[in-house]
Amino acid sequence: MSETLTTSEAGAGAGTVTLSLQGALNLALDELLAEDPKALVLGEDVGTLGGVFRVTSGLAAKHGAERVFDTPLAESGILGMSIGLAMAGFHPVPEVQFDGFAYPAINQIVCQLARMNYRSRGAVPMPVTLRVPSFGGIRAPEHHGESLEALFAHVPGLKVVSPADPQQGYSLLKAAVRMPDPVIFMEPKSRYWQKGEVVTEAAAAASAAAAASAAAAAAATNDGGRSLGAADLTDAGLTGARIARPGRHLTLVAWGAMVARCLQVADLAAEDGIDVEVLDLRWLKPIDAEALASSVGKTRRAVVVHEGPRTSGLGAEVAQLVTERCFGTLKAPVERVTGFDVPYPSGDLEDEYIPNIDRILFGIQRVLEYKRG
Amino acid sequence: MQTLGTRTTAAGRAGLAGAPREPLAELPAVAPVAPNELVELYRLMTSVRQLDVAAISWQRQGILPAYAPELGQEAAQVGSALALDPSRDFAFPTYRELGVARAFGVDMVEYMSTHKATWHGGLWDAATTHVAPIQAVVAGSVLHAVGWAHGQTLEAHGELPAQGLAVAITYLGDGASSQGDVHEAMNFAGVFKAPVVFFVQNNGWAISVPTEKQVAGGSVAARGAGYGIPAVQVDGNDAAAVLEATRRAVAHARSGHGPAIVEAMTYRRGPHATSDDPGRYRTLDEEREDAGQDPLARLRELILAEGAATEEILAEADAAGAAEAERVRLGVIALGPRRGAEMFDLVFQEPTDELLRQKANWREESEHE
Ligand SMILES: Cc1ncc(C[n+]2csc(CCOP(=O)(O)OP(=O)(O)O)c2C)c(N)n1
Ligand SMILES: [Mg+2]
Repeated sequence: MSETLTTSEAGAGAGTVTLSLQGALNLALDELLAEDPKALVLGEDVGTLGGVFRVTSGLAAKHGAERVFDTPLAESGILGMSIGLAMAGFHPVPEVQFDGFAYPAINQIVCQLARMNYRSRGAVPMPVTLRVPSFGGIRAPEHHGESLEALFAHVPGLKVVSPADPQQGYSLLKAAVRMPDPVIFMEPKSRYWQKGEVVTEAAAAASAAAAASAAAAAAATNDGGRSLGAADLTDAGLTGARIARPGRHLTLVAWGAMVARCLQVADLAAEDGIDVEVLDLRWLKPIDAEALASSVGKTRRAVVVHEGPRTSGLGAEVAQLVTERCFGTLKAPVERVTGFDVPYPSGDLEDEYIPNIDRILFGIQRVLEYKRG
Repeated sequence: MQTLGTRTTAAGRAGLAGAPREPLAELPAVAPVAPNELVELYRLMTSVRQLDVAAISWQRQGILPAYAPELGQEAAQVGSALALDPSRDFAFPTYRELGVARAFGVDMVEYMSTHKATWHGGLWDAATTHVAPIQAVVAGSVLHAVGWAHGQTLEAHGELPAQGLAVAITYLGDGASSQGDVHEAMNFAGVFKAPVVFFVQNNGWAISVPTEKQVAGGSVAARGAGYGIPAVQVDGNDAAAVLEATRRAVAHARSGHGPAIVEAMTYRRGPHATSDDPGRYRTLDEEREDAGQDPLARLRELILAEGAATEEILAEADAAGAAEAERVRLGVIALGPRRGAEMFDLVFQEPTDELLRQKANWREESEHE
């Protein structure tokens, strides 16, 4: 493993480890391979190299080159083979090296992976989690910065999820791989090296046990500290959206790398007295419409932010879900701050394309200043 | 007389039970590489070598955000490209074909622009230079070469032009050969007898995966037999041998006999790209053993042994290459970002109203121009 786990007993809390997103994903895969003998990791350069982003680093050495293996360079082959492996009872976790290289596999993803359960009347489920390093922000070559969530979300039979930080990466990857259905797992590659506190499942279980015995021993005095995030690790905590920052005046809806940007924007807006709530959607299919409704029902204003192109982007779906549920209370139409209807540009123009702080603030302003009639 | 674009052999008439397969056509012989051509190879290869090595240091200095070196593949790239006629033939590169672009006359600053993150496809004019844009999708353009080549057949209206057909050359790696598109391309080319040369640079590696874990059977050229496409394997570090082999393949295609495959056995001496760490998957000893002789040093020895040129002439070529690398460095440094408006202007020939609206919004919010 490329990351040394440092259990910081005295740090942010007992039982948490400080990990980058890449390290958290690596740990989740490590634990999944250990708990599930049918789990497999396959893809280009995932074995010896440990993946170009090192997410699978050390896994082949630890779990065996038969369970974590390099394939020839063919994405359609990787996905097609994963489907066959699933039919043979395995739980493949394939990787395509970059977002844009899911396209060569689209036939197997759309025509096969997404439909096998339905086609076989449930006899042949597809417990396959496709990991896709996603979104932009790293000044990379063509097809290394794209946002495919709207394409995948449009395909019946696929579930789509994107973590925003190390804890989400760890927890959501575990949830996805344990599901009996195909999941497209979109990793925000610009956030791979961002560190954060991660409560592992083992730590959460230990702290839950400790809390239970403490409660039994005495009427515990609440120390006011946030619990170790154990709630985040329950099934209920992993199926829907998550409030990344509570606020009263407006809801920013985001996922993946845009969550961190929206949190920055919220800090800036706070200086002007605007109290922004940031809703990390996490699941892009199914979308947690109830969480949207309860957040926007309270704030009465929403701006949805995504990197992908605007037209038929997921922002349109979010806006419609909000409108259906909150039409009466909305103070303004839901605003979209998105990428443009252009191919993802080269590094020099990347900052012109990805929603930046200014553009998100403009969106907020439009919603706040909206006048009816 | 042969018919362009259609198979006339028994092998092509599927369903004839018991009909024996015809033996593969032999690629035609060509004249041996002339002494002055060896020197021309050297001039180009020393330029390419020096540019390539310089680009690595530009990346270290922050002039380029990233670079994919072609160190060790100069003979394969320059040798193959010199077999083509850039005024009528068309090259379909990957992301590593500096040597091909240079030999086709592409401006090297415009070429490097892709590595400077200025424009993904590169800034050169693909239509006039006959070098397709940089292709980031592995095997992405192999089928395009087949289509372009079949277009030449269609334009010939069934009669071989006096100067023969224009020929497409498509570049692909050992890794790329695994893509289904490459099978489709070879099969289509065989079926349509398209004048296309599949030039495979088998450089031993696809990032961290060695050829033996990539290419079942060990040879891409060997697949030609299945498609009825003549194929040769050649020492890819021997510039003269590459030039001769590619000329034979081009002569075959030009004369209307259809596709050919050249597999140049070479070695990726550097990292996959500047972000790569080869120490994770191969040792320095292995590199030394597997790389073979340096193609540039080898050509130099050949030239001197044959008396094709003097040390002084080669030194002049080296100096010209160094001066060129310096000119390109200055050009790359001077290369500014493109106007953001190009993002919108270059999507379509006829932009949509919605796109123009987005452009106007972008301009307003970003306070540009
Ligand atoms: C369709 C696709 N999948 C994956 C990648 C990521 N990738 C870039 S280069 C490369 C290896 C290519 O190997 P090879 O074809 O042998 O060419 P070489 O790099 O050796 O020149 C990979 C996996 C890509 N660019 N395109
Ligand atoms: Mg290769």
